[in-house]
Amino acid sequence: MTDWLTPEEWQAVVLSLRVSSVAVLASLPFGVLVAYALARWRFPGHGLLNGLVHLPLVLPPVVTGYLLLLSFGRRGTIGAFLDQFGIVFAFRWTGAALACGIMAFPLLVRAIRLSIEAVDPKLEQAAATLGASRLWVFATVTLPLILPGIFAGMVLAFAKAMGEFGATITFVSNIPGQTQTLPSAIYAFLQVPGGESSAARLVLVAVAVAMAALFLSEWLARSVARRISGA
Amino acid sequence: MLKLAIRHEFPGFALDAGFEAPPGVTALFGKSGSGKTTIVNAVAGLMRPDQGRIEVDGLILSDSASGRFLPPHRRGVGYVFQEGRLFPHLTVRQNLLYGRWFARMKDGARFSRIVDLLGIGDLLARRPGALSGGEKQRVALGRAILSNPRLLLMDEPLAALDEARKAEILPYLERLRDETGLPILYVSHSAAEVARLATTIVLIEAGRVLAAGPAATILSDPATAPVLGLREAGAILSARIEAQEEDGLTRLATGAGPVWLSRITAAEGSHLRLRILAQDVMLALQRPSGISALNVLPVTVRDVTPGEGGVLVRLEAGDEVILARITARSTAGLGLAPGMRVYAVLKAVSVAPGSIGTGGP
Repeated sequence: MTDWLTPEEWQAVVLSLRVSSVAVLASLPFGVLVAYALARWRFPGHGLLNGLVHLPLVLPPVVTGYLLLLSFGRRGTIGAFLDQFGIVFAFRWTGAALACGIMAFPLLVRAIRLSIEAVDPKLEQAAATLGASRLWVFATVTLPLILPGIFAGMVLAFAKAMGEFGATITFVSNIPGQTQTLPSAIYAFLQVPGGESSAARLVLVAVAVAMAALFLSEWLARSVARRISGA
Repeated sequence: MLKLAIRHEFPGFALDAGFEAPPGVTALFGKSGSGKTTIVNAVAGLMRPDQGRIEVDGLILSDSASGRFLPPHRRGVGYVFQEGRLFPHLTVRQNLLYGRWFARMKDGARFSRIVDLLGIGDLLARRPGALSGGEKQRVALGRAILSNPRLLLMDEPLAALDEARKAEILPYLERLRDETGLPILYVSHSAAEVARLATTIVLIEAGRVLAAGPAATILSDPATAPVLGLREAGAILSARIEAQEEDGLTRLATGAGPVWLSRITAAEGSHLRLRILAQDVMLALQRPSGISALNVLPVTVRDVTPGEGGVLVRLEAGDEVILARITARSTAGLGLAPGMRVYAVLKAVSVAPGSIGTGGP
């Protein structure tokens, strides 16, 4: 496959896979927590949290990227703070992962939240009467029942992260080998004469990854249904 | 011993109930919406009452005065829900062992003994989705017992089942009551179930306790009969099988004298609980002769309670009490009054198999 893609193209694909995997894995614990809070807890600010989580879905990605640049850039409030500890997002691949993670977060949370809402709270009550504390109830009843939903959310979020363009390019620019992900590379190839064939090959990769993700997510959704019906 | 006194305000409904439940099966009996499930949920810790105190064997589960409220997982109270609520992602065996994981004493209830008692040995490898309604309830029962509870709560565990499935589970519940000695709080709106299982009855109406006491007393009390439903009114007689006779009858020894019933398949010497429905009992001033009914018991009238739908006559038969429901015209015609000695007549075939349970009263 390395013969099929030029080293430059290959670099973009590998970077995209790394950025997307890190984005999904790092956001997963927050995703489960937020999904659980939105599905099961009633608290002041419930609507606000829900809105915030979904904001990247409705905002123009450029706006999200610009907001990230303002807050996580080296002069941004959060960026300057983290800089003291040596954590830098701006114009690094970690920044691309942050942008992708935030853009994919709504999809991750939605899928997990739906699967949590499908779990009957009466089962959790039953577990409590059998002696399980809240944490045990979550670990032994809720989590196994929503596992397929979590996987489905991860797959969707991964696909979304693979395709993220606007926020990433605004936040961390388009540096080959550093922040040039698959979509940025396609965009860059299309800007130079004779780059069409490179772009076409990367487009094929993108289509293949997206299709695989959709099929995997469908299959996992069906397995949710099977698990919860208990057959 | 469970001691409970709670108050709780719901929109449009107030619960204000207090009772004590001694060892055995304590039935909470009342119509739907009378507050039975709320009481059970308060004992389990699934709802927190506004006021009051709940205590089991000296352990305070909740007390509004001191602000104490044990969370459900620290109460050691087993709960069998109406819908079973088995964990769909676990096998029957894993479901059964779930509570044992957290149980106070690991070696308490023996897994194989409970599995045998409930007849679920063949189901262990299956998932709940592949079980029938009756099997699910038996597994739910086993799961609750194996969590080694101080007290077992059952909220209409049979209500979602058809008659055949109920008949399948009732014997297991009787064995549970007689063999494990676990105190059980049993919610039901079926007089037949209560009559068969309960050792203590608490009648609940509109969030209040109407009457509470030993099952035999409450069931034969004319004052509480309208709550149970007149058609369901009837006394409990404890009996022992004396002989299986050749012509298809079973002779029973009771406190009221010998009673013959259609063949009961149980060993000689076994103890039974008979529910004698008030509407199946006839009264006569003289010992009737030339009559097909086999059972004629000499009794003394204790009291006569007229009401809608007839007159309830409470009769003393030896050391037992029998209830008869007759019309006002018959009462006047016979001139029934407390203290009179009359004869109670009962057909051998009128006690339905569903009204015959095992164990003492």
